Amino acid sequence: MSEILRLQSVSRRFGGLQALRDVSLAVNKGEVIGLIGPNGAGKTTLVNVVTGVTPATSGAVMFDGREITRVKTYQSARLGLSRTFQIVQPFAEFSALDNVAAAALFSRPGEGLQAAREEARRHLVFVGLEAQSGQQAATLTLAMRKRLELAKALAMRPKLLFLDEVNAGLNSAEVERATKLIHQLAADGITIVMIEHLMKVVLNVCSRIVVLHNGRLIADGQPRDVMADPAVVEAYLGQQYAQRVRAHG
Amino acid sequence: MSRANLALLVLIISIATLPLFGGPYALRLGTIACMYAILALSWNVVGGFAGYPSFATAAFFGLGAYIGGVLLARGAPLTIAVPAAGAGSFLVAALLGAALLRLRGHYFAIASLSLIEVFRELINNATDLTGGGMGLNIPLSASAGILADAMFFFYMMWGLLLATAVMVIVVSLSKLGFGLSCIRQNETAANMVGLNTTLYKSIAFGLSACFVGAAGAVYAGWVHYIDPSDVFDILYSVKPIVMALIGGLGSPLGVTIGAFVYLGLEEVVWRNYIQIHSGVLGVLIVLLLLFLPHGLMSLRGRKLFWRVKNV
Amino acid sequence: MLAAQIVVNALVLGCLYACIAIGFSLVWGVLNVINLMHGSFIVLGAYFAWSLYQGFHIAPWYALAIAAPLFFLFGYVIQRLILNRVITAPVLVTLTLTFGLDLILNNAMIYYFKADYRKLILTPPTGSVSIAGAVVPVDRLIATAAALALTGVLYLILRRLRVGRAIVAVRLDRDAAVLMGVDVNSIYAIAFGLGTALAGCAGVLMALIFPISPLTSTAYLGKAFVVCVLGGLGSVSGALAGGILLALIEGVGSAMIGPAHAITLSFMLLIAFLILRPQGLLGRKGFE
Repeated sequence: MSEILRLQSVSRRFGGLQALRDVSLAVNKGEVIGLIGPNGAGKTTLVNVVTGVTPATSGAVMFDGREITRVKTYQSARLGLSRTFQIVQPFAEFSALDNVAAAALFSRPGEGLQAAREEARRHLVFVGLEAQSGQQAATLTLAMRKRLELAKALAMRPKLLFLDEVNAGLNSAEVERATKLIHQLAADGITIVMIEHLMKVVLNVCSRIVVLHNGRLIADGQPRDVMADPAVVEAYLGQQYAQRVRAHG
Repeated sequence: MSRANLALLVLIISIATLPLFGGPYALRLGTIACMYAILALSWNVVGGFAGYPSFATAAFFGLGAYIGGVLLARGAPLTIAVPAAGAGSFLVAALLGAALLRLRGHYFAIASLSLIEVFRELINNATDLTGGGMGLNIPLSASAGILADAMFFFYMMWGLLLATAVMVIVVSLSKLGFGLSCIRQNETAANMVGLNTTLYKSIAFGLSACFVGAAGAVYAGWVHYIDPSDVFDILYSVKPIVMALIGGLGSPLGVTIGAFVYLGLEEVVWRNYIQIHSGVLGVLIVLLLLFLPHGLMSLRGRKLFWRVKNV
Repeated sequence: MLAAQIVVNALVLGCLYACIAIGFSLVWGVLNVINLMHGSFIVLGAYFAWSLYQGFHIAPWYALAIAAPLFFLFGYVIQRLILNRVITAPVLVTLTLTFGLDLILNNAMIYYFKADYRKLILTPPTGSVSIAGAVVPVDRLIATAAALALTGVLYLILRRLRVGRAIVAVRLDRDAAVLMGVDVNSIYAIAFGLGTALAGCAGVLMALIFPISPLTSTAYLGKAFVVCVLGGLGSVSGALAGGILLALIEGVGSAMIGPAHAITLSFMLLIAFLILRPQGLLGRKGFE
């Protein structure tokens, strides 16, 4: 397997807060990785560092054979890195179609608006929003806006796709539907790193799990091994509880 | 092309017939109407399309007036002075825009407002070139009579308005306009889909200054005398905003109509209340903002969205 | 010798600049409104002092006590009746609205007082004193002391009084303040009233030093901009730091490149600060 993304000793600090400490990580082409950790562990920061929203304060990020540590957000988007946002970020006044068309249009220099709209239609069909293509994004339901976000990310023809809590706030039928989409994307060969709180989804979809805690990478491996790792249990459940589990186990 | 854009072009072309109906007074008014519409349409590119509350119009109007004025005073023809003013304003604005448009909301508003002050003081202090506070005399070039001159400058300004309108329509239909609309709605998302927002905003700021600067140069040639406090008047920044608010932000046809309506109001106020005209103008602005915040168009009960970022 | 004079001048003028800016900063910080009327409020304060002195021979430092409540009321009413209607609108609207109001106020002053410059001349003159080898007129010194005192009063109001804490709370987190039972609209009105009162009082002090004319309002407003941005928005100490910094820049700039260029310099610095350090020298969220 060839490598697509590598983080070398990446740190990010915000004033006095060390959001990421010395994180090293390699992602191979075609992998589906679950990025998990308690709230405030630095998961979204990690995505922001890679996509150039808040560049790393130290360390290096390599993507597809080139260094992108200081690359601007729009440039990393054009290189094939795309993401969805935990809090959806639609172009509120645009129709669903134009939201996706914008992604197709600007991620590739030289793309025309007509061609972008054609492509956008395909992605709307894929995420099941073809009926809403003319509807203003602001008027869509949350579940629909989450899928719109996904369609936007796909329209950029990503090599690596970050999914930031695509299931948060959805009901179980909607989660199931989203999970199916992710399976399909993985089958198409898109490399995916997903931040996800629903362990059911993570275990269902991911071939590998990476755990962040207080900005540190504390575990990285097969789902079964990681879930059994005492450090991970402790990070999630607290020290006392972890000791009790160990004592009883 | 949409009906609104078509209507805009028809409206502008019909203005060209003005000299058939009126004398020097109508021509003066017509020239100012064209100038106001240029300012409002230009402001609309950065304020309406991109959603950045720019108060820099006066800075580029003054800059263009001085670039044009200095060239004219040294004997250059209008055919050189006006394009030079436009190009100079575009360049200065595009370069400054890359830095200034990183600011949002109040901070951007203050910075753009301060630009007027900086330019005015720079021009004021470059006495050798500009005459400083004494102003700059621009000699008449071979006058062909008062009416002929008035006609000439009217068509000059009108041509510039037509060019501005074409520019705005082209922008609104192009990838650039689409991108600016993305920036107005959600700049974070715009960056994330690969849009080079800095570049787009710079171009928008440049375009919004370009025709304003050119109009400043025509103005300088028209009135034969400019001084810094005249052409760097903050009113040149506020008026286009009021016009855009009258007509409804974002719509080129709306802001153009807004410019004409505004000029009508201003003319009535000037005629009847010389002593307190700026106060009455203030009252109009306040009433407009309090009671018609979505412009005259909202009187027709059409659904218009608040097109400015609430930062 | 010259250096001492520049530094002393800067300190004296800097406190006055801080006083000019502090009400503007309060309004911007708490209401999120850039009040373009601020300069005209200051000029109105100056006319107020001038009228009291000409009419009743009331010295400006006593006039402060009369000006403060009157200007407070003036600002309170403007906020309640007019500004509050657009308080949530985008900056474009609030800024243009205060510009319109400023046109009215400024035009009214030109109408009543005419545009020519007036000067409040104290009789008998107060003379001047020498500090650290620098000569300072006594009236300027009095104005500076009063400016510092006003700044201190605002600091105490925000620090100690219940209403002051509520103003700070609204500035820090409007929604949380609402949940805590703060009546935001009346806090806005009080903050705007305070800002107006500070502008009026600053104007009274300016009357001691500078000629009075409606045409000077934009210069005062410009100073308020620059001080706020240099010092950082929304703190009393920031306004002081910004005021003194601006006065120093102007003083040194005038001495080195001429007074006209000093103003250009200060505005260029303003833009540079906005871009590179928008939080200002001492900037942080919260008004003390």
